[in-house]
Amino acid sequence: MSTETFLPGPDLVAAALPTTLFRFATAGSVDDGKSTLVGRLLHDSKAILADQLDAVARTSADRGFGGEGATGTKAIDLALLTDGLRAEREQGITIDVAYRYFATDRRSFILADCPGHVQYTKNTVTGASTADAVVVLIDARKGVLEQTRRHLSVLQLLRVAHVIVAVNKIDLVDFREDVFREIEADVQQVGRELGLGSDGVADLRVIPVSALDGDNVVDASERTPWYDGPALLEVLETLPAADELESHLESFRFPVQLVVRPQGALAPDAIAGGLDAEAYRDYRAYAGQITEGSVKVGDQVSILTPGQAPRRTTVTGIDFAGDELTEAVAPQSVALRLADEFDVARGDTIAAAGTIREASADLYAALCWLSPKPLREGTKVLVKHGTRTVQALVRNVTGKLDLASFGLEPTTTLELNDIGHAQLRLAAPLPLENYLHHRRTGAFLVIDPLDGNTLAAGLVNDHPGDHEDERYSI
Amino acid sequence: MRTQITNEDLELSVLDNDSAETPIAAQGVASGLSEPRAGLIEDQPRGAGAGAAIGVAGSRLSSLDTLESEAIHIIREVVAEFEKPALLFSGGKDSVVMLHLATKAFWPGKVPFPVLHVDTGHNFPEVIDFRDRTVERLGLKLVVGSVQEFIDSGELAERADGTRNPLQTVPLLDAIQRNKFDAVFGGGRRDEDKARAKERILSLRDEFGQWDPRNQRPELWNLYNGRHTVGQHVRAFPISNWTELDVWRYIERENIELPGLYYAHDREVFARDGMWRAVGEVSQPREHEEVITKTVRYRTVGDMSCTGAVESAAATVRDVVIEVAASTITERGATRADDRISEAAMEDRKKDGYF
Repeated sequence: MSTETFLPGPDLVAAALPTTLFRFATAGSVDDGKSTLVGRLLHDSKAILADQLDAVARTSADRGFGGEGATGTKAIDLALLTDGLRAEREQGITIDVAYRYFATDRRSFILADCPGHVQYTKNTVTGASTADAVVVLIDARKGVLEQTRRHLSVLQLLRVAHVIVAVNKIDLVDFREDVFREIEADVQQVGRELGLGSDGVADLRVIPVSALDGDNVVDASERTPWYDGPALLEVLETLPAADELESHLESFRFPVQLVVRPQGALAPDAIAGGLDAEAYRDYRAYAGQITEGSVKVGDQVSILTPGQAPRRTTVTGIDFAGDELTEAVAPQSVALRLADEFDVARGDTIAAAGTIREASADLYAALCWLSPKPLREGTKVLVKHGTRTVQALVRNVTGKLDLASFGLEPTTTLELNDIGHAQLRLAAPLPLENYLHHRRTGAFLVIDPLDGNTLAAGLVNDHPGDHEDERYSI
Repeated sequence: MRTQITNEDLELSVLDNDSAETPIAAQGVASGLSEPRAGLIEDQPRGAGAGAAIGVAGSRLSSLDTLESEAIHIIREVVAEFEKPALLFSGGKDSVVMLHLATKAFWPGKVPFPVLHVDTGHNFPEVIDFRDRTVERLGLKLVVGSVQEFIDSGELAERADGTRNPLQTVPLLDAIQRNKFDAVFGGGRRDEDKARAKERILSLRDEFGQWDPRNQRPELWNLYNGRHTVGQHVRAFPISNWTELDVWRYIERENIELPGLYYAHDREVFARDGMWRAVGEVSQPREHEEVITKTVRYRTVGDMSCTGAVESAAATVRDVVIEVAASTITERGATRADDRISEAAMEDRKKDGYF
């Protein structure tokens, strides 16, 4: 308990300055060193504080980690840094996705640490759904395994913007370039089959690393002179976040969360701050988070109310807690004012005019089944899409993906960790969009109406026989 | 090493660092995002190519902007989908930030839910004063659950170590039940603790208020599933993804008022369990514990009987931001005796219905 006296040096001042946010997840099989890699990133980016490191060092010593005479990080089991719940420590396994936080002077990172060995589909789908990038680990001694193909297949399906394959334990193959190049070629081959990589969905990079020794994790390694690309952390620091990329789309989307209409109930602190109560008597704005694109005051928008003809109007104001904005972008939470006094409510979607199609009650989708309760045809479920939840009937299960061969097998049921295609009939139409093109408005949850549990992650497919020219006309 | 980052610099730095690859605009086209863009360009001609849009003013939100928008989205979802939410408000910095976010979410309207305080009876008087002023300023209803009342009625027993933090669970669950709150906002953050790192943003609690970490609903995209049955309730953690440094940077940016004890002040303290404890009615030094006056501040504000101060000269919010950025000890490790009881202390309390 000593007082730290310090002068804020340039590093500290930088640490206190604004950064951008980047979310990534890790995926890998058991034993390929994922926990060690995460521990290494946290340790070398100085995200591990003294008391946490002490606790880990004590446990490592108790277990005799690193052997006799080991010092520095050699004596610390970095994997322990990501150890979570008591049950996990007792069983030496990871149960669930854990979130970690660290920052550099450029970026703040949110890391979803997904366990690889149990329910890998469930955990990878969950982690990837919010990730800007996913780091897939491969053991350099083993190369591309069936598990790797499964992981890459899920990432392609979830349309993760950036996929980074870390070829770990490169020290155990004596930093040999030929080993790395062979694995790299295999990864690119899988990428081509899946449509990942240079001309497909998402970009794909391959990096040789040693999580245990830190090669190419935070700093470029001198032991891999044949690799001239950036270290893992530098890649993570410089890739554009998915929200940022999607904020540049023309297809502005804004699911209405609620109507802000205070009438008499204005905030006393706002009035004390000079808000003219009389002027706000008839205030009405639509609150929500922009899911993609951007909006400016004066923009023409369409309002989609399921079951009603779409209506067009103009945005007259963008409010954010007393600030009047001229423009807002994804993923900002704002409140929009509109020119016409339409009846707009929670569950409606406001979209850039001419960019969206009509709501539909027929839902074709890929379902990632996350529940031990299997899906059967004829089951009634709830579908939560944007800010609306509707009843749905599962009409057909049309196939199950073989994640290793990327083929489709016929089936009528989906079980835990299966990914399949299904057709659902909705009790009310939803403004469904193809997930491939709209990550937010193409995603939905399947919920059990009995116990409320989440059964599946849904990705909207196009209707078979959809006509290109009928799209995006509203 | 970069020492200064501005928005303009950031745009440049992203471009600079990608020089080994294709430029960022072209890279965007190479990724899957080019597909929808290309489709839309055909459907609706636009003035500029897809790549040219990169660099639109204001399109690069800072991490605080992104975290703020995420938190407001969660707060609005809970208010829209639940019958009777409430916000746990202790006057501590995380709950003050939560309340600030709620005022922004519903501006110019009032915050549409009451605040709930579980009063251990061992509070810092200035924090209670701050709580009451805040509630008054925002025109909120305050619901108080009292640990003392439960001790007085014999439903709870004082612990041997005198700490009342673990005793908050019973009055909390009682207040939730009596007021029929179906969603309770908390200021818990995943960076605080290993158990909290596994917590969902919407976390289901059973009839006994228990958290079942092995049986949590997967949380996908920004779609939150808050469905629950009678007797169950949901804890909502809108600032789950914030770190201690984010909270302080946000307090600085938004000019948010906090109880004065978060900033350096002179106080009579004594050393116990490796922490500086304030001298107060419920926190008296034992025989061998020497009382001295030190310049201290608090990093967390909890029960006076278990919250320790740290020596600090950080008198302004800027000082604190820099101090937190430099800190080498996590906030709970430095200042909470109850988390030192065992490595799994937080996990056990959460399972029992703690915040």
